[in-house]
Amino acid sequence: MSAEPLVYASQTARRARRTYAFLAAPDAERNGLRRVPVVIAGGGPCGLAMALDLARYGVECVVLERANCLSDGSRAICWAKRSLEFLDRLGAAAGLVARGVTWNVGKVFLGSAPEPIYTFDLLPEKDQKFPAFINLQQYYLEEALVERLAAEACVELRWQHAVKAVRQDAAGVTVDIGTPLGDYTLACDYLIAADGCRSTVRSLLGLDFAGRSFNDNFLIADIRMKAPFPAERRFWFDPPFNRGRTALMHRQPDDLWRLDFQLGPTVDRRAALEPAAVAAKVHGMLGAEIPFEYEWVSIYDFQCRRMERFVHGRVLFVGDAAHLVSPFGARGANGGLQDVDNLGWKLARVLAGRSPPALLDSYDVERCRAADENILNSARATDFMTAATPAAQAYRDAVLELARDFEFARPLVNSGRLSRPAVLDDSPLSTPEASTFEHAMRPGAPCVDAPLGSGWLLEKLGGRFVALHFAADDAAQRQVPAGVELVVVRPADDREGLAARRYDAAPGTTYLVRPDQHVCARWRAFDPHALDAAVKRATVH
Amino acid sequence: MITTPNLTDPDGFFAALMALHEGLSDAESRRLDARLVLLLANQIGDPAVLADVLAAARRASAAPELAPGAG
Ligand SMILES: Cc1cc2nc3c(=O)[nH]c(=O)nc-3n(C[C@H](O)[C@H](O)[C@H](O)COP(=O)(O)OP(=O)(O)OC[C@H]3O[C@@H](n4cnc5c(N)ncnc54)[C@H](O)[C@@H]3O)c2cc1C
Repeated sequence: MSAEPLVYASQTARRARRTYAFLAAPDAERNGLRRVPVVIAGGGPCGLAMALDLARYGVECVVLERANCLSDGSRAICWAKRSLEFLDRLGAAAGLVARGVTWNVGKVFLGSAPEPIYTFDLLPEKDQKFPAFINLQQYYLEEALVERLAAEACVELRWQHAVKAVRQDAAGVTVDIGTPLGDYTLACDYLIAADGCRSTVRSLLGLDFAGRSFNDNFLIADIRMKAPFPAERRFWFDPPFNRGRTALMHRQPDDLWRLDFQLGPTVDRRAALEPAAVAAKVHGMLGAEIPFEYEWVSIYDFQCRRMERFVHGRVLFVGDAAHLVSPFGARGANGGLQDVDNLGWKLARVLAGRSPPALLDSYDVERCRAADENILNSARATDFMTAATPAAQAYRDAVLELARDFEFARPLVNSGRLSRPAVLDDSPLSTPEASTFEHAMRPGAPCVDAPLGSGWLLEKLGGRFVALHFAADDAAQRQVPAGVELVVVRPADDREGLAARRYDAAPGTTYLVRPDQHVCARWRAFDPHALDAAVKRATVH
Repeated sequence: MITTPNLTDPDGFFAALMALHEGLSDAESRRLDARLVLLLANQIGDPAVLADVLAAARRASAAPELAPGAG
């Protein structure tokens, strides 16, 4: 995406976006002597989470970040439940939820009607540890991850260290790094490219990034105001303050609000960014009398792209470096964090010699498909809004007109299909099921949460292979094969039977859950041999 | 997909359709048609039938155009 930022004075924002000190690499490295298991290029949400996840598995890594500060401008604000569940495993979710704005409901408005034509609840199944979404500025999430990383002895985070050249052979990768004090070189077993949509590593390797741009422009204004609007996503089609186009409003912490106005295919960017032009839109949306301050205002156009493959020998791509989506649906960073969750345990196993490098191929297969799903969803939403041809316009308008009067048309209204974790259908790591179960929690599905004892089911899963066994009685014990940990759901802990219901479980039902909390296999009865075979398959043994 | 006659009063239906569009601009007609398609699609519901109908509509338009005033 390209953006022309126009910064309005705001000291608060400047303070929130912290800067970090440059530290030179140790002398030994400047002589080209050091080899580390993993180098991560880029310290955005994905690079930082990647380092934390690898640290959990005891993998040593060095994170190289070109900048000396957290992300700038208007970037991600919506963090999905699945991301929070992953960040919880990294020990970072509680603080984020406490600071963020929790929301579950989205409303779609048409024209000047004060009542929404369509309201959706993104968390139909309550009783889960995390809400459907929190809103929180990207720099706060990055700041929290940086703080967590400081406690990890095996991770070094280096500000103002930029990747300049990359060479790889069968034995490893060599990375040339530029710093304010000159260049140095690091060798590593694997290089993870988390260096964003304009990835240096991707260009250095001469790799493609195919996809499409949308012929449309969006004015994004982060403003500060005291306003009574509730914490919900509000989306307008054809509002009086942006006729014939769309608008979006999101609440953020610190009395900040994200306003997004569609501008159309041809726009004079300078004129549209004039303070008076922006103020007219903002006052149109919020009322003439509301006082507000600008935090950040810019115009974006959006693209959907992905690399053909995410695994290139010993160079592995995650996040925006691997795939780019338009923001309607909040699938960018949320999708990237799923990449990280998927890759961490696999890379740790390969580095420890517990699985062959072929395990990494499953990262490629699983996450390329997931990226396609994210691209499909965000492209469809953007196409619905942009309505590039007269036919598309007629159908979009027809959908909106019908949605006012008829329930059937409301699911056709597309203001963004908000991020959901990918179901890894047809994963080579899954064991096809032999018994009859309800479809939802099939092999490949992300595990759903439920209350358990005084905590939550998901708190018991992740980080290792778990045999999740639903027991008939509270005293049940089972012998599990090596490499698997047993978690028993006892009737006394699943008091309302929500876990059993969500997993379509009867006494005896056993799930094999991957370290990234995806279902790997399931059976109606506990069978240690079947478990063993399923784990071997999932770890490419 | 039903390809044999299924309308009880074909001429009556056609006339009603024309009456619906009377006095509308091209753009208004287009939108009306779009609403109609969406309403009818929801009556069908079945994704396989809908896929057949979409394909058939596209095929019909690929056929040579009717000569003006034919017949
Ligand atoms: C307007 C807008 C709204 C968005 N809203 C959402 C949302 O609500 N939810 C959501 O999930 N996503 C959202 N996104 C997308 C989200 O911001 C990105 O998906 C996310 O930042 C990707 O994280 P990343 O770590 O992969 O890359 P980045 O955040 O781009 O981080 C890459 C890092 O690599 C560094 N780097 C680059 N080159 C080098 C180099 N050569 N050497 C060392 N370091 C380097 C950069 O300095 C940067 O810090 C939004 C995006 C935009 C533009």
